[in-house]
Amino acid sequence: MSKSPLSSTRVRIFFGIVWLAILGDHTALMIWYGFSFEIALIDASVSTLHLLLASLLLINTLRFYLPQRERFIHLFAWCVFLTAIIILLTKWELTHLLIHNDHYDDFFYKSIIIRISLYFLFIGCIALMSVIWYNRLDQDERDKRKQDLEKMAKDAELFKLRQQLQPHFLFNSLNSINALIGVRPGEARKMVQQLSDFLRGTLKKEEHQWVSLKEELQYLELYLDIEKVRFGNRLSTIVTADESTEKLRLPALLLQPVVENAIKFGLYDTTGETVISITVKNIEDKLVVEVKNPFDPETATRQQGTGFGLKSVQRRLYLLFARNDLLKTTAKENIFTTTVIIPQHV
Amino acid sequence: MYKVIIIDDEPLARSIVKEYLQKHPDLELVQECGDGFDGVKAIQQHKPDLIFLDIQMPKINGFEMLELIDDPPAVIFTTAFDEYAIKAFEAHAIDYLLKPFNQERFDKAITKWKEQQAGPGKETTRDLLETASLSPAQSQRVVIKDGSKIKIIPAHEILYLEAADDYVKVHTKDGYFLKNKTMNHFEQVLDANQFVRSHRSYIINISQITRIDPYEKDNHVAVLKSGAKVPISRGGYGRVKSVLGL
Repeated sequence: MSKSPLSSTRVRIFFGIVWLAILGDHTALMIWYGFSFEIALIDASVSTLHLLLASLLLINTLRFYLPQRERFIHLFAWCVFLTAIIILLTKWELTHLLIHNDHYDDFFYKSIIIRISLYFLFIGCIALMSVIWYNRLDQDERDKRKQDLEKMAKDAELFKLRQQLQPHFLFNSLNSINALIGVRPGEARKMVQQLSDFLRGTLKKEEHQWVSLKEELQYLELYLDIEKVRFGNRLSTIVTADESTEKLRLPALLLQPVVENAIKFGLYDTTGETVISITVKNIEDKLVVEVKNPFDPETATRQQGTGFGLKSVQRRLYLLFARNDLLKTTAKENIFTTTVIIPQHV
Repeated sequence: MYKVIIIDDEPLARSIVKEYLQKHPDLELVQECGDGFDGVKAIQQHKPDLIFLDIQMPKINGFEMLELIDDPPAVIFTTAFDEYAIKAFEAHAIDYLLKPFNQERFDKAITKWKEQQAGPGKETTRDLLETASLSPAQSQRVVIKDGSKIKIIPAHEILYLEAADDYVKVHTKDGYFLKNKTMNHFEQVLDANQFVRSHRSYIINISQITRIDPYEKDNHVAVLKSGAKVPISRGGYGRVKSVLGL
């Protein structure tokens, strides 16, 4: 929601002065036409008050609903509608309720065209200024997002390089290979191959690139296989994907940190066997990936589950889709579920 | 003959240490453990002379496991990459092996340990623990040995801490647990925005406070959600107020 222009003190003061000027001008004009001060003031106050309320209504409406370029006809209709309403209201209130004076009634009818034109002009001005104000705010926000994005990209570069290599994972894998060389050289060779393929995949892919689900799952499988060698029987995985998901696509390397988080959480928060399940579904043409891991609700230190790895995933999803609701985590009994929703259009 | 225990959650990581140990016939491997709980039991049972210890392990990490042992044996850490741990190692003279490591490096660590055995070695383990426990992972929980059971208390479940001679009573909704540490240690380790030293002998979890009443001259008392009352000294009152933003 945008900030109302009236939230700025300077605008508020200016706004107030303009209204006082209108009120004064209106009163003065009426007196000049030969009405008593009382009648002049009543007419001026009622008219100005209605105009003020209409303006505030307009400013606030535009705050929530800003017309797109081609919808300015709506705005025009709004202005006509508001003008009509306040004209009818002021007419009824002034000629029926407040002032019982034939001379005045006659004057009101004669001046109605001028009143309509002025009201419409004024409301139109307010509408135009509000639209400009809100558009500017919108633009500012877009600029800020763009700047953030660029800054993030820079900041992330170094961090990403290190993250890509995942030193902890890499060194532990190398240590496993070192151990395998002595006892089971064939497996060591296989793991070297898997590790190389995995690293190549990490380095080759660009973050903004989109890949097919199949490709991403193959890449995940590679990662999971390596982790299984490291952790032996403690780690097992179940990967299921609906057939309807085959054609869906997703940003490269998006799921690996989610799965990594689940593995770490699962393996380091429990001492028994850890089953990680990855379920891929197609829900309303969106790719929905659910990753489940066991955890111990009594000792989980992770704050509300958004671990460090997940934060970067959330950030990436926000930058891609400008939405914060695409990554969800839920903890039920001793199963922690991370859900990632990937719309198929940016 | 020296007794040795390996504690590491990855089977292959244990097997490589086992392999390297074969070159040292004077070291006898008495047990291998896959997590810190097993580690504590095995150490109590075998009283080993040396342990090889990984840092990142399920449930409780290597440092937390050491804290649970009254008289920790000599430790050679084996770890892949842990910035905080490495800082802790470098500050103190205990050896550590960065995975993957080769036989030569392993032998060197053993030699170093044997040399250290001649001199005073025990102090360094304590110093190391003090440094290591400042790492962020530790500030979010407290690990306590309760009889034969090991209890992990997330920091937010701590109501308050109370000094009791050489121990600190960690009060929770399930009663209190004793931990062989000083109040100063806890004051340093726990999140300062959450835990305040309200009194020489008390540290309060401020999210547990429901109200603060005046108590005698110059003193106050904090009433916690659980109904417990915790004294606040004059100096402590200032600290509590500043953390609460008053």
